[in-house]
Amino acid sequence: MNSLSTPSELPVQVIAPARGWVPIRLGELWEYRELLAFLVWREVKVRYKQTFLGIAWVILQPFLTMIVFSIFFGKLAKMPSDGLPYPIFTFSALLPWQLFAFALTESSSSVVVNQRLVTKVYFPRLIMPISAIGVGLADFTIAFGVLVAMMAYYGVVPGLAALTVPLWVALAALAALGAGLWLSALNVWYRDIRYTLPFLTQVWMLLTPVIYPASLVPEQWRPLYALNPMVGVIEGFRWALLGTGPAPTVTLATSIAATTVILVGGLFYFRRMERTFADVI
Amino acid sequence: MSIAIDVDRLSKRYLLGEREAYGALRDTLARALRAPLRWINGRAAHASAVRESIWALENVSFDIRQGEIIGVVGRNGSGKSTLLKILSRITEPTSGRAEIRGRVGSLLEVGTGFHPELTGRENVFVNGAILGMRRAEIRRKFDEIVSFSGIEQFIDTPVKHYSSGMQMRLAFSVAAHLQPQILLIDEVLAVGDAAFQRKCLGKMDDVSRDGRTVVFVSHQMNQLRRLCGRCLWLDSGRVVNMGPTAELLNRYEASFMEASSSPADVQRSPGARFLGWTLGTSHQPRNTIQGFEPVTVRFFLRIDRPIQSGHHGIALFNRDSQVVWGTANDDLSFSPGTYELVYHLPLQLKPGSYRWQVSLFESGKFIDGVDLVPELSIETPPLGHRLDEYSGFLNLPYTFDVRRTDLSEQDLSLRSGTSG
Repeated sequence: MNSLSTPSELPVQVIAPARGWVPIRLGELWEYRELLAFLVWREVKVRYKQTFLGIAWVILQPFLTMIVFSIFFGKLAKMPSDGLPYPIFTFSALLPWQLFAFALTESSSSVVVNQRLVTKVYFPRLIMPISAIGVGLADFTIAFGVLVAMMAYYGVVPGLAALTVPLWVALAALAALGAGLWLSALNVWYRDIRYTLPFLTQVWMLLTPVIYPASLVPEQWRPLYALNPMVGVIEGFRWALLGTGPAPTVTLATSIAATTVILVGGLFYFRRMERTFADVI
Repeated sequence: MSIAIDVDRLSKRYLLGEREAYGALRDTLARALRAPLRWINGRAAHASAVRESIWALENVSFDIRQGEIIGVVGRNGSGKSTLLKILSRITEPTSGRAEIRGRVGSLLEVGTGFHPELTGRENVFVNGAILGMRRAEIRRKFDEIVSFSGIEQFIDTPVKHYSSGMQMRLAFSVAAHLQPQILLIDEVLAVGDAAFQRKCLGKMDDVSRDGRTVVFVSHQMNQLRRLCGRCLWLDSGRVVNMGPTAELLNRYEASFMEASSSPADVQRSPGARFLGWTLGTSHQPRNTIQGFEPVTVRFFLRIDRPIQSGHHGIALFNRDSQVVWGTANDDLSFSPGTYELVYHLPLQLKPGSYRWQVSLFESGKFIDGVDLVPELSIETPPLGHRLDEYSGFLNLPYTFDVRRTDLSEQDLSLRSGTSG
């Protein structure tokens, strides 16, 4: 091979079979950030183009759910709500919850849905589940405006703690991504995932303080309960915006630890499985 | 010149039926229960023990120098697409390795990621990004892309309102402006009318003049002869030959006319075998139609044993695997020897490439059937509306007049009533 005339700046790509666990390669992911942005943008655009109410759905969905919950759980079942009006109590949980549930569902199906791309183009496969999270975040941002309006209506004035909101949102997104990575890779091999998801998110919601306050859970079960990352997210979200109780530091630490385990495991699992995607899908 | 692509003993094995391998969790669980140890030891080992596998590529080695345009030829299933998929990192090789110097762009399909709800403009950006272009690059080339496609006035219309021809033009235009250092192209230039193809090929000529490297899979020998310095010939996943285009393609084309190619093929044939096909009556192989007049198509068939009450079927498929035309002939009898099955027919079809499928049965039992190579290439000028050139199957010479008529509406309804 004559290497004298090879311009040294040309990148060399080696193609060879990989075995076992492979590195995540965040650098490459960064290189493809524009594609990620385009995929998120495409999804957001397409999703509301053919719907009658369009972007209003993003607001209506949590809002109507909040009304139903307020009637049945707040008024009829007299569910405790940490001294807050029940509507704002549950709505402040529904927002991060719907971000999580949507991001989880979409990222789980992301690889299968993008079959064509997987078999025809190369790009870091991680882009697919990550872009699904991006769409969820876009929705969340819009719906957040409603929460602000509700806080004004109920005269809730947040303190400095409100500055931690991005932290809780990020935690919800990362938890969804972590679980989504596992499920999206599994979904390529087992299409059962599609049927399990609605069930999974339903049960998961009951294990999360959306309808009821976390204070309802017996003290001795709390550490176990906090392993669900969404417990920390929603506790934190309520604390930040509505000023309920003391800062949930222990719960937060547990949730972050659980999320890290799910996310890092998910990244490696996904990278390990992705090399079979194009052949199996 | 330095090496751009260095392929060293590349192999790829597919497990048979792997495309349907995904299934229900239940099956896996059931398997795990039946044979827990084997399952734990890894599904790969398990799968290869049970399922048959096929080598789509086997020990393929070659070098491509920087700035070369290489054509890749071979029958369907010879491993051409698998090779491109490995080089573009869509799938991994089972063994072997390849080294690529330079940024790779691959074009295995036109219009990947096109979304019908998005406008032409939006799709150019998404598709460009998917093909690996930077946003700034797409923005810079945007006007050029749109004017190349010739659909400026519809660029802000959702793509779902485009005719298939318009979609194709726009998708091609994006693809034609992809300028990586190494470009891998899979047969995508086979669609579309000759004029637009020429435009795209011209673009590729420019690409090579810039010192870029191109690997180009095609069934269209005329394109390869025009563009490629060297060609790579694959058969059953192995390299048959690699060398100067003219010489290699002559041998490749001649191989279709040979009585027997590989021993494996003879074994497969229980008494008869289709050898190939050609257009016209001369001895020179031909697969391109340029005019509208009826053509003669000859299919060569070798018969190894006497056949009574033979049944011969034929179908012509387009690129989307739709049957464009088909027929069958009953009560044929053959004694051992080589035959020509000769059709004379008008093939006034939209420009593009098509595939013949021929088969032979004896008393309802399958003897031989094959998708023939090379593909039929139709290069007549498209006669439809400029923006609708590829819709439908037929490319019929027609006349069109607008005349004033004296018939009243009553006359017209009477007519339609009587003539049904």
